[in-house]
Amino acid sequence: MSIWEYANPKKFIATTTPLVPWLMWTSVAILCVGLTWGFFFTPDDARQGSTVKIFYLHVPSAMMAINAWIMMLIASLIWLVRRHHVSALAAKAAAPIGIVMTVMALFTGAIWGQPMWGTWWAWDPRLTSFLILFLFYLGYVALWAAIEDSDTAADLTSVLCIVGSVFAVLSRYAVNFWNQGLHQPASLSLDKEENVADVFWYPALVCIAGFVLLFVALVLMRTATEIRLRRMRALEMRMRG
Amino acid sequence: MIPDLGKYAVEVLAAYGVSIALLLGLIGASVWRSRKVRARLATVEAAREAGR
Repeated sequence: MSIWEYANPKKFIATTTPLVPWLMWTSVAILCVGLTWGFFFTPDDARQGSTVKIFYLHVPSAMMAINAWIMMLIASLIWLVRRHHVSALAAKAAAPIGIVMTVMALFTGAIWGQPMWGTWWAWDPRLTSFLILFLFYLGYVALWAAIEDSDTAADLTSVLCIVGSVFAVLSRYAVNFWNQGLHQPASLSLDKEENVADVFWYPALVCIAGFVLLFVALVLMRTATEIRLRRMRALEMRMRG
Repeated sequence: MIPDLGKYAVEVLAAYGVSIALLLGLIGASVWRSRKVRARLATVEAAREAGR
């Protein structure tokens, strides 16, 4: 069995439709556990006080904002190389989820930054590249909406996605490239010395798992919606003609 | 019930409130659109079958 079988829209819908409710409810349950754990059952940080609880929202949403764009990049490259419509529609379906994750990361970052840094916003390399990534998301969605022919829209948005990937990478690694700015280096690391304390790490892991699963469930559901919408438009055109 | 959040209560509660609202909005909008498109497609397919 090849993965390319799922490039067939019928096969994609038949396979994913029964999975989506399970994925959705599991992700909601995991998120409830992770956020309840983080909010109610973790201690305050010695320096940051109770604002450390924002960590369980800020870090997973920022990770998903970047990962959603990387997923869109892979789907766009598959479209450009193999011309599978499902991959172009999957990229299109992921963009609004990425926007919500970016808004969430920017909002929680600002509201966390104000008491810790004394400012809502700074033109710091990581924050600035994240804001540019958000603008790329908006441009991506606007470009899909502006072009009537779906193949042309998929081509142009794929190119935009490749260009925007620079900022997706920068928003993750900018703090390593430029050793300046307010934002601290990555809080999570596989190196135990650099990683946050276990008491914060375990609930954060649960929240990240919940966000990832929610993203997968939403992408599958929204891709199926885009496939149905495409079929509906094709049928309507055939009936009119 | 709510833990003592000290002087940062507003910031923490606002972060959780807005984030949960955004997540629920995203899930709700996705489910609503999915159902709407499925229903419309079923109507179009039924009309096509009837027209054959």
